[in-house]
Amino acid sequence: MPKRLETVVLHDSSTPVFGDIEKGGSVIVTTFDTVLNQIRANSLFPLTFGLACCAIEMMSTAGSRFDISRFGMEAFRASPRQADLMIIAGRLSKKMAPVLRQIYDQMPEPKFVISMGACASSGGVYNNYAIVQGADQVVPVDVYVPGCPPSPDALLYGILKLQDKIKKGHSPKHFKDLRVIETTPRVIEKVEF
Amino acid sequence: MEVVRDVVKPIIAGFGITRRRLAHKKVTIMYPEEKRQQYPRTRWRHVLTRYESGLERCIGCSLCAGACPARCIYVQASENTDAERYSPGERYAVRYEINMIRCIFCGYCQEACPTGAIVLRNDFELANYRREDFIFTKEMLLEPMPLQ
Repeated sequence: MPKRLETVVLHDSSTPVFGDIEKGGSVIVTTFDTVLNQIRANSLFPLTFGLACCAIEMMSTAGSRFDISRFGMEAFRASPRQADLMIIAGRLSKKMAPVLRQIYDQMPEPKFVISMGACASSGGVYNNYAIVQGADQVVPVDVYVPGCPPSPDALLYGILKLQDKIKKGHSPKHFKDLRVIETTPRVIEKVEF
Repeated sequence: MEVVRDVVKPIIAGFGITRRRLAHKKVTIMYPEEKRQQYPRTRWRHVLTRYESGLERCIGCSLCAGACPARCIYVQASENTDAERYSPGERYAVRYEINMIRCIFCGYCQEACPTGAIVLRNDFELANYRREDFIFTKEMLLEPMPLQ
């Protein structure tokens, strides 16, 4: 009796799958981009970019209890040339901002940024002259993880959200799609009640 | 003989550590499938609670906003009327917003609240893609109505 094959339907529901899905088909047809995005999502190399206390939780995430390597991310790279994911862990001071931007520019495309913790995402309690009020003023951020600091499972949730985003094909496909810094101020809708 | 002393014996000793470790309990929590139990005093996502009758506990006093070190809570109060009653007292919060990305989950709002309306529970899955999505409004924070 032949071994029954599980059909793997990749994220894209419009992807044609030959063979009966219920019975378990044996041929999968998909786009090259879909496969590439799956590979990208499951082999992110984070950059060691701990700026403050959030870095302790980031290190804990790499430890054996929470084990980031289950998602193919255990290789924390010290060189931006070898990393695709920047986890901004900690408050970003204005003195550090140009350094962060330079390191971000040195990372090869496609690159992703997780802003970890309240301070990196928005400034947190440090609403003062020294701290950048949100790392998205310096680099484009893909996923914000709130918390002070976020527990390792909260960071893992953010990482899973980022993997979802990459699997859905949000990586830049054309030079025009590459993210640039927002130049226009955001318009936040007035809440009516 | 030196080969045995310098190469074979250390290798066997090294694998001995591996063999002993195999008998240990596995420490990894397989996070998305299995969640670790949070500690009883864990402070994560805020919830605005209700009384058993379904009335809101929040009276719109803004003490939580005053206690917040990150200034991330905004409360706007309004008067209750007999026709539209939201909370047992005179006033209720018509608008209650928390900027979840600026919040540091210190729990001072919970300590300051005179009626125990705002509590920090243990839902930690808050990460999101857009900064605008982190403004949690009253509708998102309020507990669902208790079953009658």
